[in-house]
Amino acid sequence: MSQAWLPLATLATSLLVVPAIFALPERAWRARAVLNLSAALVKLALVALMVVGFYLGHSFEFGFTVVDGVRFLLKVDALGLTFAGLSSLLWLATTIYAIGYLEDSPNRKRFFGFFSLCIASTVGISLAGNLFTFLLFYELLTLSTYPLVVHRGHPRALAAGSLYLRYTLTGGLVLLLGVVALHALVGDIAFGDREVLADLGPDYHPLLFGLFLVMLLGLGVKAALVPLHGWLPRAMVAPAPVSALLHAVAVVKAGAFGIVRLVYDVYGIDLSFELGLLTVLTVVATITILYGSIRALAQEELKPRLAFSTVSQVSYIVLGISLFGPFGTIAGLVHLMHQGLMKVTLFYCAGNYAEELGIHRIDELDGAGRRMPLTSLAFTVGALGMIGLPPVAGFVSKWYLGLGAVQAGMPWVIAVLVTSSLLNAAYFLPILHRLWFRPGPEHGRGEWPEERHLGRLETSGWLLWPTAATALFSLLAGLLAGMPFSPLDLAAIMATGEYLR
Amino acid sequence: MIERLGLLVFQPAQPGSGWAVILLVGLPLLLGILGAICRPSRGWPAVFLGLLPFMVAVWLLQRVREHGVQAWVLELGSLTLHWRADALTLLLFMLTQIVALASAAYAPAYLRAVEDASKGSLVWLWPLLGTLVTSLSLIWLAADLLALYIGLELMGLTAVGLMLLPGRVEALAAGMRYLLLALVGSLAFLMGVTLLLGAWGRLDLVGLAAVSEPGPVLWVAMALLSGGLLLKAAAFPLHAWLAPVHASAWTPVSALHAALVIKASFFIALQLWLVLVPDAAVAARLVGGMGAAAVIWGGLMAWRAAKLKDVVAWSTVAQLGYLLLGFPLLIGTASVAADIAWEGTWLQLAAHSLAKAAMFLAAGNLLLATGVSRVADLAGASRRFPLSLLSFGIAAISLIGLPPSAGFTAKWLLLHAALAAGQWPWLVVLAIGTLLSAAYVFRVFRYSFIEDAPLHDYRPVPWGMDLIALVVASSSLLLGLLAEWPLALLRLAGGAS
Repeated sequence: MSQAWLPLATLATSLLVVPAIFALPERAWRARAVLNLSAALVKLALVALMVVGFYLGHSFEFGFTVVDGVRFLLKVDALGLTFAGLSSLLWLATTIYAIGYLEDSPNRKRFFGFFSLCIASTVGISLAGNLFTFLLFYELLTLSTYPLVVHRGHPRALAAGSLYLRYTLTGGLVLLLGVVALHALVGDIAFGDREVLADLGPDYHPLLFGLFLVMLLGLGVKAALVPLHGWLPRAMVAPAPVSALLHAVAVVKAGAFGIVRLVYDVYGIDLSFELGLLTVLTVVATITILYGSIRALAQEELKPRLAFSTVSQVSYIVLGISLFGPFGTIAGLVHLMHQGLMKVTLFYCAGNYAEELGIHRIDELDGAGRRMPLTSLAFTVGALGMIGLPPVAGFVSKWYLGLGAVQAGMPWVIAVLVTSSLLNAAYFLPILHRLWFRPGPEHGRGEWPEERHLGRLETSGWLLWPTAATALFSLLAGLLAGMPFSPLDLAAIMATGEYLR
Repeated sequence: MIERLGLLVFQPAQPGSGWAVILLVGLPLLLGILGAICRPSRGWPAVFLGLLPFMVAVWLLQRVREHGVQAWVLELGSLTLHWRADALTLLLFMLTQIVALASAAYAPAYLRAVEDASKGSLVWLWPLLGTLVTSLSLIWLAADLLALYIGLELMGLTAVGLMLLPGRVEALAAGMRYLLLALVGSLAFLMGVTLLLGAWGRLDLVGLAAVSEPGPVLWVAMALLSGGLLLKAAAFPLHAWLAPVHASAWTPVSALHAALVIKASFFIALQLWLVLVPDAAVAARLVGGMGAAAVIWGGLMAWRAAKLKDVVAWSTVAQLGYLLLGFPLLIGTASVAADIAWEGTWLQLAAHSLAKAAMFLAAGNLLLATGVSRVADLAGASRRFPLSLLSFGIAAISLIGLPPSAGFTAKWLLLHAALAAGQWPWLVVLAIGTLLSAAYVFRVFRYSFIEDAPLHDYRPVPWGMDLIALVVASSSLLLGLLAEWPLALLRLAGGAS
């Protein structure tokens, strides 16, 4: 049974919110909040419906011809569904957070309009059924995030926005060239038709290898692979909810997700292995992981440290899929979700500290755990997960990465993992130490940079609850990893589909 | 190729279709005269009446779908003029109508807002607008060189007239220069026509295609014809007249001019090449090289232009370069590549027409509202004029060629065609063009997002003007996803007849 309307409706929920938001007057913040939240809830429900349908064996597909030989295709598969689920969950959380964060600031209409467009693009990316459709939403994502990055409108934000565009538009163009070339070679490939390229025969292997590199170059910009990562730390000038979304599910993830699609659903894991593409990915990912961690160590402000941590963490996904074997695949796919949950928590926390106490630098965090216990607890969960300590979700990722490395016959990767974990610990543990064990203003030493009492609790509830929720989710994803519907379970299903074909 | 242009017709025209064509050509002129008499102060009557020729075109398109290409011969004494209507020409006619409608709907409110719209020149706007659309219809429908010449001359003169309407010194200077160049272009065209007439004694395109033989006469004639047309199309390096003309003209006139008038010359040129010298691959590559230079030079000039209208005008030069790439991709290439390039070229033409018209209208709104003309003075515009800027942005998406827009789909097709034809350099040109257009567009946005800008006096434009720009811009976006519908019609016309 094929139900075409469901993926289309999922996309439309976030897409149709955009004109509605632009039509509302600037001051109608209540109506806007209701609109945003109800759309987010509806979308979550639609995705849940698709998940249930998918488990029951239904297939969802919507498509039409754009020009001769090129189709716009929305298709639901396990990978897309998990990404869509992640994006709709985090949309809900981040919308709540953003409503609290942007209270009384100017240009909220513009912000929420483009914010919804950004989410619509991620849904489009996750449900895209071929490279053309993927590219469509991939570029739309670039466009919709630019106004969010420059939202504050000061020179630093504008400069960061220009840099962001220079990187992402060039990357998108390179990706376009690669996709068109592949299209000229074999025509439209729906994701999952792996035989098309495999059937071309060894004569085409050098060409396919080259095309993969071209597309990797395009996708690597958003995935922040070293040396294409330069835009990411600078884009930190954006408001906290934007950074959270950018790092957790939107831009950076779109790049990583694209690489996953390319390896599994266009080239196929066997052909990728045969062409030696996986080795390329392993090397790039290793370099990025280590480089990102080392740079994170040197940052003195909280958000840039988190940004470089993202550079490093997203490459775990790439590393996982580059390890030939089911465990590597599971690791990569599960980290796609885990990293999103953990990183969004960390960014919410950074935003909370900045809003409530005016804290931007790490050495200002002394004793903040006593002033903001829940936020600090959430931060601790996220940070421990990033290091890879059980029972937080990050442990599951790293465990499977290690297994994958052994299975792929690359034990040296374990050394990389250990080094990276040590580096993670080296840049996160001092923060935790400051939070919980150093005396600060709350103990009568010094003052917070700019204290505001935003709510009855440690800060405004709009900011606090999403933070607590995502922290809880990252904890649960690790604790209940063995349960059905957990990220690990979904990743295992996808990996089984990949290798038992 | 010649059958793709609807020039090979064997069956007689359907009854009633002759009248439809007379309506197509005559109605815009009549409406223009009506406009001069009534002088509408609102946009909606213009829209309402302007829909009439559109309906006629829809009816005729239906006939073409059912019975193939329609062709007529008009005998005027010793003169015979040939006409035809196929899917391509009718779609171009409909595009003309859409852009003309938008401009006409925009004009009344615009003229109330600008100060220099003196009463005397207002009278002339509507008949000139009507004549311009009529001449464009003539050009789309004409199937012989004499009819094309009449259309071209009429179009050039009305366009100059429209440019002179503001009556300011800059407008006069730019308009006179435009007139001079248009006349030079027409003269070159006329000499080419005469040469062909002298050599083979006929001017209908089908007949010429059959009897003309490659040789010095044909080459010289083609050089003269193309030179004249490319001058009128503002193709690099014959583009210098364009930016000053647009800087001083009224916004709806600029929109119409950049969207259609320039394209008409391009259409004639491409048609003549396909009919008369379908194998001149080397010369076509030369034209492609001119296109490449236009893409890069126009992009660079738009990037460093200080005034907003100059940015938009230079972007026209660059975008026309994309169209010129159609020559090397269509002429002398294998049908695998030519089939794709054919669709890509026409889609690019439509995409640019809609996007450029929308961009001019949106830019006009911004300039009217802020009262400044420099890009740098737009600081803070995003908060005060979100709607104008949104229209500008949507149009820009199509111009840059970002998805989901007609510009993107067209670029996809052109890239694909270049790959299929094995003409790698055009890939680089398209890539550079994309980056340059992104650079000049986002320069405007960068200024508009500045928050701590000083407050100028500003007066918001009526929301109707913003709405028109938004609708036209959105149509260029939608066309990107719905491109199959018009393109399938093009294919149908190629297969039938």
